[in-house]
Amino acid sequence: MKSSRFRKALRFAPLMVMALPGLAYLLINNYIPMAGLVVAFKNYNYAQGIWGSEWIGFKNFEYLFATKDAFVITRNTILYNVGFIVINTFVAVVVAIVLSEIAKRVFNRIYQTVILLPYLISIVIVSYLVFAFLSADVGFINKTLFPALGIDKSIAWYSEAKYWPVILNIVNLWKGFGYLTVIYLSSIVGIDKSYYEAAQLDGASKLQTIRKITIPLIVPVITMMVLLSIGRIFYSDFGLFYQVPMNSGMLYSTTNVIDTYVYRGLMQLGDIGMSAAAGLYQSLVGFILVMVSNLVVRKLSPDNALF
Amino acid sequence: MNTRENKIFQVVCHIIMILLCFFVLAPFLLLIIASFTDEQAILQNGYSYFPKQFSLTAYRYLLDQRDYIFNAIKVSFIVTLAGTFIGMCITTMLSYTLSRRDFPLRAILSFIVFFTMLFNGGLVPTYLVYTNVLHVKNTFVGLIMPGLLMNGFFVILVRTFFTTSIPEALIESARIDGAGEFLTFFRIVLPLSLPILATIGLMMGVNYWNDWLNGLYYITDPSLFSLQNLLNRMLQDVQFLQTNSNLGANAAEALSKIPTTTVRMAMAVVGAVPIMVAYPFFQKYFVKGITIGAVKG
Repeated sequence: MKSSRFRKALRFAPLMVMALPGLAYLLINNYIPMAGLVVAFKNYNYAQGIWGSEWIGFKNFEYLFATKDAFVITRNTILYNVGFIVINTFVAVVVAIVLSEIAKRVFNRIYQTVILLPYLISIVIVSYLVFAFLSADVGFINKTLFPALGIDKSIAWYSEAKYWPVILNIVNLWKGFGYLTVIYLSSIVGIDKSYYEAAQLDGASKLQTIRKITIPLIVPVITMMVLLSIGRIFYSDFGLFYQVPMNSGMLYSTTNVIDTYVYRGLMQLGDIGMSAAAGLYQSLVGFILVMVSNLVVRKLSPDNALF
Repeated sequence: MNTRENKIFQVVCHIIMILLCFFVLAPFLLLIIASFTDEQAILQNGYSYFPKQFSLTAYRYLLDQRDYIFNAIKVSFIVTLAGTFIGMCITTMLSYTLSRRDFPLRAILSFIVFFTMLFNGGLVPTYLVYTNVLHVKNTFVGLIMPGLLMNGFFVILVRTFFTTSIPEALIESARIDGAGEFLTFFRIVLPLSLPILATIGLMMGVNYWNDWLNGLYYITDPSLFSLQNLLNRMLQDVQFLQTNSNLGANAAEALSKIPTTTVRMAMAVVGAVPIMVAYPFFQKYFVKGITIGAVKG
């Protein structure tokens, strides 16, 4: 018995060796930091490290939730994500339908190449692009667009918080709609052609086929993608909220999200306890949301569930 | 259906797409034109699609500063190549083990990989582990290792490819012929998996090329700045100059000695061009990566 188990272990040893580097990486990069989340319950000091610092219970959380910041960052994170989900989904579905109707394949490919481009550009470069439009002294909008429209003023975009919900929604749409379009397009392409042939024989117009065939058949995919995004609603693209507004302090009321708050707490203020508390808050709520959204996805369509 | 209606419909579709392409490309166009504009023209009229005067000053300035820029490009290349190569190795090997139905620890190891996609420690503990335990500050390891080397998502994608596209009988027959696991993996499984390898390799490569977070967190030594970090720094430094100048016209004069407004745009062009040029050739693989990722997450 023992020798057979030994032989089995020996037989699978090479496979185990192959798995080891990856597993070691996950241990270092993912699992040790997960354990390190206890730092949220500690009064961290560098000399004693994560494990040696003194326990202080929920003090960090009490401080965090006593500030106005906790509300602002939660509100911003959720509202922006809701905006992104609604706007990008709508635009991507429309564009995917339009693209799928274009008969010439060459054009189809060209358009698809162009709209996917921003998705592959780093957010640092995106922030340069935005700056070219919004710079107060030399930006395209203040210097060219406003005079052309006869608007006689110049707006200091990087110090007026009220404009940023609009700006960030546009930037995010610009950067992200191509990605979603590709996904919806692939599900439209996958629709059985015989539906369309039948509709054509019955004399249906283009708009009728789109309304009665295409849209109903991609609704499950839309539902799934939206649910998966809802699962990620507590996370945001750090670069979009840190880099694009150029980390401008005057914009925090509308650009500060949980991710930027945690970063600033850690790197700029050195307030490790508070930022660890905010991080744990994000991880926990984020985890619950992922689980719930996945549960719903699994109910609707088991194939698309994560697990 | 009558063809006239069909034709109008096609035209409308094309118009919508052309407008969208314009929406997407307009910022790039402004960036490129601005980088070729005369500094004085920009200070007077702002960034414009139809500048009063073209000039190569910005690129000449960059050429003067080439040591700095070439070094950043070199760092970006090293990090991208090394990171993608190591990442591909550990990802595919782990995926192969997980794809083997006869492997006894398959379920538990798959869960270990999978769980990292649901829950994570977040920035604070990760940063503390990498800086205080592994001391990656100001090293290449700090640019390559944190967060990017391997992620559970790619492991699951490759594993799914192996289980669905590599017949078990093939692996079995290699074993009967006396091939060891490593030989089977490198000589039989990998050559049959080129499409998925190209897809995740490109996605990893783009992630590394575009990464600026590791540099932001772990690098303070300018000689280790990647192109993205240099770009990031230049955006901030000019900002620093501007926020610290309440001298008005004088500050503008001092700034105009270095053609800051155009140099900035020229730098961004340097950062964006490699991706913009290479991407259309690999578009097929990106599209594939996105769609399989969405269907089988």
